[in-house]
Amino acid sequence: MSLLSIINARIIDPASAYDGDGIIVIEDGLIIEFGPDAIAEGKIIDAKGLICAPGLIDMRVSTGEPGRENRETIATAARAAAAGGVTSMVIMPETNPVIDDMSLVDFIKRRAENAPVNVYAAGALTKDLDGVTMTEIGLMSEAGAVMFSNGARPIDDAQTMRRLLSYSASFNALIANRAMDPSLSNGAVAHESDLSSRLGLTGAPAAAERIMAERDVALAELTGGRLLIDMISSAQALEVVRRAKSRDLEVSCSVSINHLALNEVDIGDYRTFAKLDPPLREESDRLALLNGINDGTIDVIVSAHDPRPAGEKRLPYAEATTGAVGLEILLSAALSQVADEKLELIPALAAMTCNPAALLGLESGRITEGAPADLILIDPHAPWLCKSDQLLSRSKNTPFDDRRLTGRVIKTICGGVVVYEL
Amino acid sequence: MAYAKSIIDDIFGGIRPAARALDKSASTIQGWYEAGTIPQKHWEDVIEHAKAFDHYLTPDDFFPVSSPAMSSHGYPFEKLHCLTIDDFHRPDIETLLSLGEHYLDLSVQKSPDRSVLRGKTLVNLFFENSTRTEKSFELAGKRLGADVISMQVASSSVKKGETLLDTATTLNAMNPDLLVVRHGSSGAPALLSQKVSCSVINAGDGMHAHPTQALLDALTLRQAFDGDTDGLRIAICGDILHSRVARSNVKLLNMLGVEVRLVGPPTLLPTDVDRWGVDVFHDMKTGLKGCDVVMMLRLQLERMSGAFVPSKREYFHFHGLDRTKLAYAKTGAKVMHPGPMNRGIEISSDIADDPDISLITQQVETGVAMRMGILHALSNAQDGVRS
Repeated sequence: MSLLSIINARIIDPASAYDGDGIIVIEDGLIIEFGPDAIAEGKIIDAKGLICAPGLIDMRVSTGEPGRENRETIATAARAAAAGGVTSMVIMPETNPVIDDMSLVDFIKRRAENAPVNVYAAGALTKDLDGVTMTEIGLMSEAGAVMFSNGARPIDDAQTMRRLLSYSASFNALIANRAMDPSLSNGAVAHESDLSSRLGLTGAPAAAERIMAERDVALAELTGGRLLIDMISSAQALEVVRRAKSRDLEVSCSVSINHLALNEVDIGDYRTFAKLDPPLREESDRLALLNGINDGTIDVIVSAHDPRPAGEKRLPYAEATTGAVGLEILLSAALSQVADEKLELIPALAAMTCNPAALLGLESGRITEGAPADLILIDPHAPWLCKSDQLLSRSKNTPFDDRRLTGRVIKTICGGVVVYEL
Repeated sequence: MAYAKSIIDDIFGGIRPAARALDKSASTIQGWYEAGTIPQKHWEDVIEHAKAFDHYLTPDDFFPVSSPAMSSHGYPFEKLHCLTIDDFHRPDIETLLSLGEHYLDLSVQKSPDRSVLRGKTLVNLFFENSTRTEKSFELAGKRLGADVISMQVASSSVKKGETLLDTATTLNAMNPDLLVVRHGSSGAPALLSQKVSCSVINAGDGMHAHPTQALLDALTLRQAFDGDTDGLRIAICGDILHSRVARSNVKLLNMLGVEVRLVGPPTLLPTDVDRWGVDVFHDMKTGLKGCDVVMMLRLQLERMSGAFVPSKREYFHFHGLDRTKLAYAKTGAKVMHPGPMNRGIEISSDIADDPDISLITQQVETGVAMRMGILHALSNAQDGVRS
């Protein structure tokens, strides 16, 4: 029996909107008591007035394991996650081989046994991500896959998507699909706008996102499947989600932290580290998305962690690969928006804790008696300078290099064990 | 129909009195008694001696088959076609099932009244290959005395570009009386029935209907549950979407007062299937609860290709019938399958081959009898119209 108490904390539980000073008592990795009247026992951690919130749950993390370990392994990603206050992460199936079979789900689980944070696998929706052949969604669910995704490539064929949503409904599986019409986005490297056309870059219009989002919402309505619209980036797609939710459809959506913190101007002088998928869009889109978090239309903020070695990034803009690391940026970039008064703290934390937990069916993501003691201590005002070479991730590709951020994680506790200290 | 027993018991008062009256040895009479029939050379003798007991028999009483009832509840069977279960009302179904039951008796089936279809022509017109249904109709027709021909359309004229209506014209020229049709397109037999001048029997059209299979399944159920199917609970499981058998069975079993459940993955259930008057389940555990009968359907592998279900392995894991899943049903539940089976995909071999729980062999046996009954009823209705 191990006892641990966090004292002098401003406890924030976004699930119950609890926000108050108090003590959290942890026994054997579970929260057994919390609040102002709790009595500290065992080992003491003095939070000194910092925020104590549930550890973050990041629903979209790519690693290179198996297949591309030079980008990132599960072990290095888990270390970066702990440093970013992420205590649970979902690994995308875009590996080599693709996680499209229960034995590969099992492989991820075994490789993550000694990781400092909780690692879950997302299964592929189609064999080898071919967009056509359905995978064994039921067997992978039983093996522990928490959601299903086709990675960066959307399911192009509507009939296939319909059957996937329909089939997975009997397992209550969460189906994530990227909102991107492939034919409209073909060859695009940026958002289609005045800026990209001046830069001479092929753009994808926001309509490409809206069309796919509309299609998937209609299919979710038809089949009763659980749809997650993966990483919306435009105000248009947000409207689609808003309307779907007003009709009580079981549709949810996520947004990447990059699209809340950056806009198309950040690609400026062809900065390939800001080349992302979906592309960074206009400031009006960014503001709309921030608003979507505040009013609860957007369920989840993800890091969209996508480690790439410099060699894949330092190329002419059109040839460079997309993606940025984000596990260590997620919380700070969100807190910076809170500091800028663009984002409200509780909805922002909810989108990184209890909301993803509810979608994935996890017990973590909230501070309540009996919940796993996955907690983070946050200093919401700490200023720091992001230096890419100081990131723990194996790849250092981030558009936040040399940027000033406000707020960071001071301590990460996973399962009652301190796994990171600044 | 075994008549020897009643003649011996009712007229002569038992085996020994009969032996004395007819001046035969008791073992001879015993032989008639067990066979159920009396050899023709003894008929006159029996008629003569029966007079002494105030019974006036005619040779008709010695024919092995007494004509079965052609009506139920006073409703004569008057339908000319058998296209879907919707063609029939409840008394029609009763007539058909009791005829089927009549022919189920092997002594009747093997030595039936060949005059039922004498002089009639039955044409098997199969646009899709099917050995068991085609041969079952062929045998049924031949046992009732019809001339049976099979047209191998799948491999002949259709390939040369003949349309269905061309085929109908050709057939009309042959003057058949009964036309058994299987076609890959839903509604094709109905179209044919409008263009030919004979009775059309649907032996399966597309994903629409397979009424003779449904009737034989109902007859099998009656046999297995001693004639009482009312209130039974049956789960039809698997590929409902592509199954004409399921569609016909739902209608017929509903008509017979059976509680029908459909169990399958959502991708293999038709749209708005909950409006069919059935309970729909996606999970075998809840779906089979309290069921008296589990009917497994064939997974139409030729239409599968990773689109409807991910793999055979996953399908069997969640929807294949094995001992564990059967245990969710009522103790002693029976298992049916219209065949042909995919062993290890929708049904495990040990269940399919277990005579204590599987009715699959009975379904095949019932097939010929039920089809004899259907042919008999339709032919009788034709004669009624002509006279």
